[in-house]
Amino acid sequence: MNNLQIQIREGTYAGIDIGSTTAKLVVVENGVCVYSKYERHFSQVRQKTKEMLLAAESFLKGKQIGVSVSGSAGMGMAKAAGLPFVQEVFATGEVVRLLEPDTGAVIELGGEDAKIIFFAGGMDERMNGTCAGGTGAFIDQMATLLNVTVEEMDELSLKAERIYPIASRCGVFAKTDIQPLLNQGARKEDVAASIYYAVVNQTIAGLAQGRKLDGKIMFLGGPLYFCRGLRKAFVDVLKLSEDRAVFPEYGRISVALGAAVYASETQKTFSYEGLLDAIDQSIREKVQIAHDRPLFESQEEYDAFLTEHAKASVRMADPAAYSGDAWIGIDCGSTTTKVVLLGEDGQILYSYYSSNRGNPIEIVKGCLLSIYDLLQDRIVIRGSAVTGYGEELIRRAFHVDEGIVETLAHFNAARYFNPDVDFILDIGGQDIKCFKIRNGAIDSIMLNEACSSGCGSFIETFARSMGYEVAEFARLGLFAKAPVPLGTRCTVFMNSSVKQAQKDGASVGDISAGLSMSVVKNAIYKVIRAHSASELGTHVVVQGGTFLNDAILRSFEREIGQTVVRPNIAGLMGAYGAALYSRELGKEKSGLLSREQLEQFTHTSRGAVCKGCTNHCQLTINLFNGNERLVSGNRCEKGAGMAPGTYEVLPNLHQFKRDAFEQMAKDPGQAKRGTVGLPMALGMFELMPMWRAFFRHLGYAVVLSGPSTRALYAKGQFSIPSDTACYPAKIMHGHMEDLIEKGVDAIFYPALTYNMDEKAGDNHYNCPVVAYYSELLAGNMDSLSKVDFWYPYLNINSEKELSEELFRFLSGKQPDKKITRSEVREAVRYARGEYQNWMDRIYKEGLEALAYARRTGHRVLILAGRPYHVDSEIGHGIDKLATSLGFVVVSEDSVAQLAQPFRVHVLNQWTYHSRLYRAARFATENPDVELVQLVSFGCGVDAITTDEVRSILETNGRLYTQIKIDEITNLGAVRIRLRSLIGALDAAKSLKEE
Amino acid sequence: MKKKKESEKPGQNACSCAMCPAYEEEVKRVLFTEEMRQTHTILLPTMLPRHFKIISAIFHHFGYNTEILDDGLNGDSRQVIEAGLANVHNDTCYPALLIIGQMLTALKSGRYDTHKVALLLPQTGGGCRASNYIFLARKALKKAGFEYVPIISLNFSGLEDNPGFKITLPMLRPAMYGILYGDLLMWLVNQCKPYEVEPGSTEKLADEWSDRIVKQLEAKRISYRAVRQNYAQIVKDFAALPKTGEKKVRVGIVGEIFVKFSPLGNNDLEKFLIDEGAETVMAGLLDFILYCIVNPMIDFKLYGFSRKTAAVYRLVYRYALKKQRDMAKAVRENSDFHVPGDFEKTRKLIQGIIGEGVKMGEGWLLTAEMMELIESGAENVVITQPFGCLPNHIVGKGMMKPVKERYPHANLVAIDYDSGATKINQENRLKLMLANARLKQ
Repeated sequence: MNNLQIQIREGTYAGIDIGSTTAKLVVVENGVCVYSKYERHFSQVRQKTKEMLLAAESFLKGKQIGVSVSGSAGMGMAKAAGLPFVQEVFATGEVVRLLEPDTGAVIELGGEDAKIIFFAGGMDERMNGTCAGGTGAFIDQMATLLNVTVEEMDELSLKAERIYPIASRCGVFAKTDIQPLLNQGARKEDVAASIYYAVVNQTIAGLAQGRKLDGKIMFLGGPLYFCRGLRKAFVDVLKLSEDRAVFPEYGRISVALGAAVYASETQKTFSYEGLLDAIDQSIREKVQIAHDRPLFESQEEYDAFLTEHAKASVRMADPAAYSGDAWIGIDCGSTTTKVVLLGEDGQILYSYYSSNRGNPIEIVKGCLLSIYDLLQDRIVIRGSAVTGYGEELIRRAFHVDEGIVETLAHFNAARYFNPDVDFILDIGGQDIKCFKIRNGAIDSIMLNEACSSGCGSFIETFARSMGYEVAEFARLGLFAKAPVPLGTRCTVFMNSSVKQAQKDGASVGDISAGLSMSVVKNAIYKVIRAHSASELGTHVVVQGGTFLNDAILRSFEREIGQTVVRPNIAGLMGAYGAALYSRELGKEKSGLLSREQLEQFTHTSRGAVCKGCTNHCQLTINLFNGNERLVSGNRCEKGAGMAPGTYEVLPNLHQFKRDAFEQMAKDPGQAKRGTVGLPMALGMFELMPMWRAFFRHLGYAVVLSGPSTRALYAKGQFSIPSDTACYPAKIMHGHMEDLIEKGVDAIFYPALTYNMDEKAGDNHYNCPVVAYYSELLAGNMDSLSKVDFWYPYLNINSEKELSEELFRFLSGKQPDKKITRSEVREAVRYARGEYQNWMDRIYKEGLEALAYARRTGHRVLILAGRPYHVDSEIGHGIDKLATSLGFVVVSEDSVAQLAQPFRVHVLNQWTYHSRLYRAARFATENPDVELVQLVSFGCGVDAITTDEVRSILETNGRLYTQIKIDEITNLGAVRIRLRSLIGALDAAKSLKEE
Repeated sequence: MKKKKESEKPGQNACSCAMCPAYEEEVKRVLFTEEMRQTHTILLPTMLPRHFKIISAIFHHFGYNTEILDDGLNGDSRQVIEAGLANVHNDTCYPALLIIGQMLTALKSGRYDTHKVALLLPQTGGGCRASNYIFLARKALKKAGFEYVPIISLNFSGLEDNPGFKITLPMLRPAMYGILYGDLLMWLVNQCKPYEVEPGSTEKLADEWSDRIVKQLEAKRISYRAVRQNYAQIVKDFAALPKTGEKKVRVGIVGEIFVKFSPLGNNDLEKFLIDEGAETVMAGLLDFILYCIVNPMIDFKLYGFSRKTAAVYRLVYRYALKKQRDMAKAVRENSDFHVPGDFEKTRKLIQGIIGEGVKMGEGWLLTAEMMELIESGAENVVITQPFGCLPNHIVGKGMMKPVKERYPHANLVAIDYDSGATKINQENRLKLMLANARLKQ
């Protein structure tokens, strides 16, 4: 790209662009770009700039140079060095106007930012909000996850055959999607391409927000320059012809060019020496930044720490010197696979810990073969057990004797180190788990939600992105003089906190130590939500590979103010616990595949979509040895390929409601006055029977949208203005599009500040989103101009008022088919009756489900949330998963009436949420009833309800389980949670019986 | 601002009847008793430092010992944030986290005999989760071992009462003057500070006036004539401040009330904008209060709620509006300063954009203020909100498109504030907004 012509003033101009990971320098001399350089800066922003300027000496020396700096990480340096600064999106705009004036829009992806600039039809520049990954750093992280380089991932993506849906909102979410795909054996090629499509969707949904990308589209920035797969994805999704998609050579240095353009417009010039001096001055600048004290003040302190922790050790024994019985424990985790061979005295004869590199089966096979090599005739395998995400897969593949839920496996292992253990914290590669132990059983389980996975793999990818191996990175942190506090939110936020620290000149060690503290604080305050050490317990055991990092362990101990037990096998605890479990079972002989069988073992997998219901589970069909089949990714028995009638169908209130809605959707009725569409999302999930009855009574045909699917969501995703709103709200856009496509005359979604008054709380509001989402739809969906959108403000609690309001509203709408006051009044009366009937049906169905459960001895699960959580796309079929695990499932609204209203510790002012408290009270009054709360990501109101529901349950000695759901949920994690719940209940039960 | 219970409103009849025995397990709340009035200091969170200083003086006048907290305002808010993170659900809105964090920091600071202090929190009782701050604060206090510290709810909807704390009718008039003084000073400071010849002269003048006003409000009788004379004199004094006379980009700020106003909540947004060479424009606190007064009138119109309540509110509204107009008039008649927007006009701007029934959080007012700013020449608007703020999905980010369609030249940017959001990301977006603003100049 040198010799690129650019029409700016005569003279020498240097443009410097410092992004989050790379630095770029260009020199433009008399309208020609004579020099350009693009390099990673590994956080050494100021030194790097100096090096780059030194390297460009021959182009700059002896000249008067106009300079400007751009890029988010360049802001601080520009200020300290007294150089002009230009915002990067603005800089891009400048350069595109000069070089490609006929451009319609620019899409620029950087290390951590995504930007769109519209030129045609009114200039508009947009940047991603603070909650949006999906950029260069995200692609780097994903490549690490696939255990390939960024180049290899690009190569792979070009060979894709299918695209999986991957959450496009935020990198962390995408990760939770990709992990199960890999574990289930999806092809890396397909996953790689799917990642690029996720980035594209995110960019378009998050930034274009409904505005059409017209004309020539120019693609800029590093990732788009390097990743062909990403370019392809953009061209595909935007349906761009060749002449409309421009990927210029100068794409990755465009901001630096823009900075040079800006430099030509400023008056200030520097001599080469003066410029270097200015940079030197910024290097010398001592920034006063807040920092924590060092993790270790001295080597002695560190040595004492090591000695203390060496006490919790399992003996590693030489298998060649051992003869006797042995047990195999396997922990097939989300990112790593761990295997141990346990001897009679608890010693470890063999262990394995490694990233599963996207193919755990091959790894376990290799491990088992190595173990067989060790056995000879001295060692006999008595049993084997497997735990972790890949439990089912590994168990079936190798005929492992037992499967055990992760949480129980960890508890087994922790108890070995400290029989009195009352709190276990496990920070693994992808997740944080912690559980309290009471009376020898797991009492409460907390897992990190999809949004806060600042876990092990985060540090690992981070270390690599800064050019270090994780061990070295951690070591630098141990003695860092001034650790930087980096906040406790999700990775995206942490990335930008690091950017801030870099800007302020923090060293790599300071950042490393700061990150350790963030991970720890994240676990304590976000996941455990504790505020003091006493809350955690007095016998704390920490484990998980992440705790092998001394910086993390030290930060944790300091934060909670007590010494904890970290076993020397912290990374192997799951596998060790599984082996212990297998030993307890006391089997004679293991049924594990023999050496010969292993050598001939084959495994193939293919993807499929289950068509059994609207959940459309992404199945992976594994075939072992050509004849043993294992379906994974399914929620229910149907998906597993079981024939109807061969399994018990348990009552499920969620299913009941969906079925009832489906019936109602089938019968729109006569369209004498026209057709009204009701969008089946948010509040409509409860009030639809009322509005349907109302409009039908007046002679309208009533068409329902949906049912919800991901494709339906995708239809509307481009008009969502606020990407941090909850999924139940965002899917509303798709439902509106669906109704428009169905050709209705009008769409009805009223604005309801107040919901039904059930006289059970301080007030009966709807949440702001449910109440006023229609205003947002009207303001943001251009397609609504094709229909009448009706969203009157209504008081649904008074028949008289409601009739009057609807009459006033509708009488203006139908000039030709006049509606009378009495007609409306009649319809309202009928509609309110229908609403009551509907609520009664739910209540009765709930009673029947309870009776069934008691008759047949099943546990009851209140899957509690809002009425719209029964939507199969929003609830992700968790209800089905629960019934397949043996629960009778009821909804919060079906049992709320069975408990008396009572005073809670919060302002009880929302109708839907008030039911949660009563449902929780009902659970506490019935030992066979459990409650699991579904929480939509981004629901602000649930920040209040979750704590209160938890406290209602826990003060009554009951377990609280919360499941956070969003566009996509990690069903594997949900399954573990529900199974752990069952395990804890069983343990408590058997304890009682003893 | 009116002490009128909305008892007629359906839903306020929360079942405390004998039929619901469970209700008898009333959660114990520490009351602020008559005696505490003598012995206790009431601590106020920081939202608008200058306003609150004046309001605090009014409390003094009526026999309360009040003090405004300044923890976290000396450039390092970390301790406050940490205290909030450790004691409040982290998904709770950022203002709650900061307010509660600030209270806990103060209680732990050793400055007070914690048995001799009470806390004051405003509670609107609207459908936004902000109405729950006080409950979250009580939970947090309990967690931190301060459950004996009474928390007083400052509300006008009869949500919670305390025997030792009553907002009486005689307090309301001076309170309103106090707020208007605060609004006036803020309005003028914003127009002078970016242009002052002598650094610090604007703040100095504002401080001098604050002190004078405080003294006057503490005096026995407050004459409205004197208040109006003060208005005029204040405006003249600010007009007389030596200014550079250059032309600067005017940037409006709207948003969730706490992050809009409090430097603690918005990383000192005003200072940043001024340092970047812009002039900031913000509607005052009384606009928010007028919005709260108007809403029951709208409830009557939309839902047929009590006609009588609506009538009372209408009277109060007219009264308060008149007072605000008097203040605006003082600006118009005594200077060349921009004049604050007229609330009657502001609230009509929403027609065709958003319904007047949107009343949770800042509701329709936020959208209205955006448009008022644009119409009055501050076409660059920063929309501030706590990360994940529910009402702002609708009234803030949700209204950017229709507002831009009506005013194509408007330059809007939405900024999220949160304990994890970094200043650099916020500043980068603000810089983009400023670069575009300058381009148009």
